[in-house]
Amino acid sequence: MRLLIHMKSSLVGLEVHAQINSTSKLFSGSQVSFSSPPNSRVSYFDASLPGTLPVLNRRCVEAAVMTGLALNCTINMKSLFDRKHYFYADMPAGYQITQQRLPIAVSGLLIYSHLGGPKRNQVISKSIRIKQIQLEQDSGKSLHDEHQSQTLIDLNRAGVGLMELVMEPDMSCGEEAAAAVRELQLILQALGTCQGNMSEGQLRVDANVSVHRPGEPLGVRTEVKNINSIRHLARAIDHEIQRQMELLEQGGVVQNETRAFDQKTGLTIPMRDKEGLQDYRFMPEPNLPPLLLYVSGRVPAGLDPSQVVLVDRVKALLPELPGVRRERLVEEYGILPEHSYTLVNEDGLADYFETVVKATKAEPRKVIGWVVKELLSNLNQQNLKVNQSLVAARALAELLDLLETGHVSSTAAKVVFQELWKNPEKGAEKIIQEQNLGLMSDAATLQIICQKVVESHPEEVDIPKNVIVLNKLMGQVQKETKGRADPVQVRAILQELTSS
Amino acid sequence: RSGRSPRRVSKALREGRVSATDLCRKCLQRIRETHYLNAYISVTEELAMQQAERRRKLRLLRGYTFMWEPRGILDGVPFSVKDNFCTQGVETTCASLMLKGYTPPFNATVVQKLLDQGAVLLGKTNLDEFAMGSGSTDSSFGPVRNPWSEAVTGGRSSTELGSDWAIAGGSSGGSAAAVASLSCYLSLGSDTGGSTRNPGALCGVVALKPTYGVLSRHGLIPLVNSMDVPGILTRRVCDAAIVLDILRGPDERDSTTVPSPALDCALTEELDLTRITVGIPQVTDWFQDAGQEVVVSSALAGTAGGLPSDLFPWR
Repeated sequence: MRLLIHMKSSLVGLEVHAQINSTSKLFSGSQVSFSSPPNSRVSYFDASLPGTLPVLNRRCVEAAVMTGLALNCTINMKSLFDRKHYFYADMPAGYQITQQRLPIAVSGLLIYSHLGGPKRNQVISKSIRIKQIQLEQDSGKSLHDEHQSQTLIDLNRAGVGLMELVMEPDMSCGEEAAAAVRELQLILQALGTCQGNMSEGQLRVDANVSVHRPGEPLGVRTEVKNINSIRHLARAIDHEIQRQMELLEQGGVVQNETRAFDQKTGLTIPMRDKEGLQDYRFMPEPNLPPLLLYVSGRVPAGLDPSQVVLVDRVKALLPELPGVRRERLVEEYGILPEHSYTLVNEDGLADYFETVVKATKAEPRKVIGWVVKELLSNLNQQNLKVNQSLVAARALAELLDLLETGHVSSTAAKVVFQELWKNPEKGAEKIIQEQNLGLMSDAATLQIICQKVVESHPEEVDIPKNVIVLNKLMGQVQKETKGRADPVQVRAILQELTSS
Repeated sequence: RSGRSPRRVSKALREGRVSATDLCRKCLQRIRETHYLNAYISVTEELAMQQAERRRKLRLLRGYTFMWEPRGILDGVPFSVKDNFCTQGVETTCASLMLKGYTPPFNATVVQKLLDQGAVLLGKTNLDEFAMGSGSTDSSFGPVRNPWSEAVTGGRSSTELGSDWAIAGGSSGGSAAAVASLSCYLSLGSDTGGSTRNPGALCGVVALKPTYGVLSRHGLIPLVNSMDVPGILTRRVCDAAIVLDILRGPDERDSTTVPSPALDCALTEELDLTRITVGIPQVTDWFQDAGQEVVVSSALAGTAGGLPSDLFPWR
């Protein structure tokens, strides 16, 4: 591990921008939608026409409060809005409305887990401190047309609500960051406050990376941008750590700069210098009064209820969070933590699992194997999501019932599953019938086959009661019977035959 | 003359003694006659006549429709608006080349409220560029001249003013000059640090700066967001009160507006001078420093001389 060789520690902090899942924008009524025709979702305020004023969107406030509560933050009952000034063509106002002085939520904790240990099947729990969560506006999009030397501006995204989550540098490598972001994604999706799709820009992550020798002061940090998937996040961070370490080893100096991640090469390259340190000229946003939140029973008289957000009501609406769900799955169904981790990690897999369990007589501990092995590997092979699965939960439940009642052997059942995958319209029963995969349990027939196998492998038989030999013979029998033979009976028969 | 008050002219309109189109035409004529004041940046002749015609037609129907009521007390009354208020389809420049040719797609809330009353928009008045000024001298379209200039410069022909003229005050100088020169019955200005009050004083009209938050700033192109308010300029105090009552009220498009109580007073048009008390700041060092002490004192004495002496214990 390079960390040991260089005897340096690395620090990784993340800045996450999560697009709020709302119908309209943060300060105007225009619609939030991905991939609409350019400049078709722009209100007068978004275009910064003179004389227009911001009006706060209630749903965005609720989303930020809910996210803050889910991340164990302290909600500031009073928060303020500020202007952050800089010039860029996709931000017509010349400033972004954000919450620099007093954001809506502070001092939270993101608890995440990842699979570690020598066999990568241990669920290790870690946490990151969240410094603050603030509401702010998204900017529009610039499309640089090199050929015609022009930049095209699409303001559809200008003014969409964002939650900026600022995290303390409590991580040390790409893997941790990836696991943390994955957990954040799951939490936001469970809350419904952000759809969390990184490739669509709904969740944007920038990494701050620095290295230092343990015991010495912290090193200079660089910011890494242009990361659009969790996989790239891990790669980018690890590369940057390595780059900084190598640079220092060679006697170089790490610049405090912004670097872009190039996914083709896996390297970070310095971004065009933006005129040194920016003075954002922060000032209070004069057109928005302080944002006040309330608790039921302590709302001042005379306030219009539509203008009031009650923190306790939002708290009551919190759904089951991923961490809690993982624990519940383990407790309720007796499955292993690492399986529970996988279930919650894949979109819809936990729901699929619970549906199968409720529909089948088979025990959850038997179901889980099918879901995390057979189903998941098939999905991954064809790059499908759970909701695109060719074998529906009910169909699998049916198959497992047949397995339970002894209509098919476990080996044959796996074959049936693959057949179901290819021909989902046929039921399990039909496939078993058509392909003659039913359990072969007639004692006489089995006896004959076992006899045949034993006779054709005389050398093995000489070694009595050898488990390996027995398994090999069983394998042969199953081969003969195309996996249909009842393994319990076969084992008994073979044991008898070989011991004599 | 139908009177200088919107209330009076409104009565005249309602009683059919004058039609909305006649009134509009007269006001437009007045604007032409006083063009040298440079009070207007845009005059919306066609639009104004269209609006007036619509109001006139509706009034004619009154005889046949029991249900019809005038839109409001300002129905058919011509008004002007400072050119930093957004007016839909009408050029809004803020007296700056930066916004020359800019046509907003929406009306400022206060403008819309007046239009909803049936009032007729004559045009956009001149101002200091982006309302930054206190004399209406810094406009890209030339300065505004005070209609009372000749009183200061000493008796010239009233149809033209040469290079010798007095400032109208600012930044709502155009609005104040328009009201003072009788080309409209009321005008909207804006006030940040006196920009409605000071031109009102210099042009001799009533100028009201409402409390921040009482009137909506939606559509008022800002100078200082936390201080700007729309201002009201009229020729009589009672008219300013009427307009204030029409324009006040929270606006969901302006988060800095607050609810305010309705005006619970009826102001009379006729003032009984025997019952007034006039407050005057003591002539202070400030006047002395400006060398104006004598001028101020004699102006006050002159005014006091025109009032019953026991009313005015002027030393």
